[in-house]
Amino acid sequence: MTTTPANPTPIASPAVQPDLLITPGILSSEFLQETLALTRRLFIQLQRRPTTLIAGIIQPLMWLVLFGALFKNVPPGLFGTSQSYGQFLSAGVIVFTAFSGALNAGLPVMFDREFGFLNRLLVAPLASRFSIVLASAAFITTLSLIQTLAIMALSFFMGAGLPNALGLGIVAVIVLLLVLGVTALSLGLSFALPGHIELIAVIFVTNLPLLFASTALVPLAFMPTWLQVVASLNPLSFAIEPIRYLYLHQDWSFASVVMQAPWGQVSLAGSLLLLFGFDAIALLGIQRLLYRRLS
Amino acid sequence: MAPAVLIQNLKKFYGKVQAVKDVSFQIQSGEIFGLLGPNGAGKTTTLRCLCSLATPDAGLIEVSGVSVQKYPKAARQLLGYIAQEVALDKVLTGRELLQLQAALYHLPAQAIRDRIHKVLTLLELQNWADTKTGTYSGGIRKRLDLAAGLLHEPTVLVLDEPTVGLDIESRVIIWDFLRELRQRGTTLLLTSHYLEEIDALADRVAIIDQGTVIAEGSPTELKDQVGGDRVTLKIREFTPDQEAKQAQAMTTALPFVQDVIINPAQGNSLNLVVSSQGDALLSIQTALKDAGLPIFSIAQARPSLDDVYLAATGRTLLDAEMAAASSRDLKKERKENMR
Repeated sequence: MTTTPANPTPIASPAVQPDLLITPGILSSEFLQETLALTRRLFIQLQRRPTTLIAGIIQPLMWLVLFGALFKNVPPGLFGTSQSYGQFLSAGVIVFTAFSGALNAGLPVMFDREFGFLNRLLVAPLASRFSIVLASAAFITTLSLIQTLAIMALSFFMGAGLPNALGLGIVAVIVLLLVLGVTALSLGLSFALPGHIELIAVIFVTNLPLLFASTALVPLAFMPTWLQVVASLNPLSFAIEPIRYLYLHQDWSFASVVMQAPWGQVSLAGSLLLLFGFDAIALLGIQRLLYRRLS
Repeated sequence: MAPAVLIQNLKKFYGKVQAVKDVSFQIQSGEIFGLLGPNGAGKTTTLRCLCSLATPDAGLIEVSGVSVQKYPKAARQLLGYIAQEVALDKVLTGRELLQLQAALYHLPAQAIRDRIHKVLTLLELQNWADTKTGTYSGGIRKRLDLAAGLLHEPTVLVLDEPTVGLDIESRVIIWDFLRELRQRGTTLLLTSHYLEEIDALADRVAIIDQGTVIAEGSPTELKDQVGGDRVTLKIREFTPDQEAKQAQAMTTALPFVQDVIINPAQGNSLNLVVSSQGDALLSIQTALKDAGLPIFSIAQARPSLDDVYLAATGRTLLDAEMAAASSRDLKKERKENMR
């Protein structure tokens, strides 16, 4: 009853234009089209369900107001050169907020995997599946910048001042570098882990310990030596310390020492390099995984 | 001219489990081809390999002569895939989902509006286009999913269990629509474990069981090959074992009866295969009357696709369904389908 097909000829039929067989790369207009469409979807979601963004702005503001008030009465000068704890804290809150946002970047992708929406993208002839990753990164980066602006505005009104114009630019670069690396790791996790429960667990376990093992809440000098070593290797500190320095010194230069780590001095340029290094490691780390999962 | 779909000696493992053992079939351009089989037979895995969602471990897959393994992007352009589970973004409106889909298939900006209008009209979704998909009923969701799959005008539309879980009305709408698509020249490949769906729609069918194709042909051909008529006989509504056995022995002795099976799941009813000539019903009735046995019900029918399945595997599709349902690991299957 079973019929097996006779020897077929595995050649392309004339029905398919040859140019269809040529793979468009990530520099093609197709890649731009699909990336824009995928990013647009994320922004429509945000516009219709703005709760996450609102919560993501309120939460750091609460940090600033409440956590700042907690240490209101410490003697001035205790936190290094800062005038007040609020001034000291704002750099920490900026970085921590961007960090938490980026850490959550993998969640929408995980839900797309679980609900089968990702299959819709994978059966489409995407120029490169890297567009899926890039759209998420672009979305999270924009969110982080909005949050950063909100925090900077509030801390300005609370008397923390502002870095100078070029300093503001450097702050943006630092936030972007941190967000890029953490987003990459989170997206990697969203493909490596079996489900959103596991992903949320990992986010939960990483989030606060990385905050406490950084210079976000207290300066390095406050910590026991072992924690100083940990905190001075934490990428969060590489982002917090230069931003804090920019807030306090209008006369900064790239050679200014921003962190006195147990293992040596870190200059502003050095911390930027360290963040670049962190990004490189994160991107290389997920590259193989994404390649395996997405091609 | 290359066949619309060519699958040759496809094999696919998930871990140690061989989901597809050896599947081969060809689909000619412009036909509706059905893959019939119980759940877990390997239908979905075959489709996933065809649509480059899963990598086959062995075998050749081509769409209009284009190798799916060698030129996945070109093949994806030719294929439309409608998954069994409708995955829509509930926050987007139908139109926004179609716009996203259009961009994923790189339709030119000026064509997008026209194409969207066309598929919305085709599936009578105009009234729903600007509502969020989260508010849709099951039938509307499926229709939007179909619209999305048709947006880039694929040469081959692949549908995995297109009407599972839908109400009768939606099912009929989708059946009519699929027939209309064939009229317009689209080739369709659909899987189903509903016999009547395949019987009603498919020009040709491959019956698949435990990862292997066990029969292939048009539904009529397959049914004719099985031969004979089917008589279902109930002595009583619930027949005692002894009476059933007595009737079995007696009817087996009749010259035109080829086979008699007792079906305990249906209150010990008797399933007889009889040759199509002569008046089988009357002869059986007379024989039973002579033996002093009553008749609760008796019916004669031409063989169905289920009988084709039964003849090839020794069990009915329903039995296979039940067996598969009890041994299935749904969590594991979901994981396999996740990317």
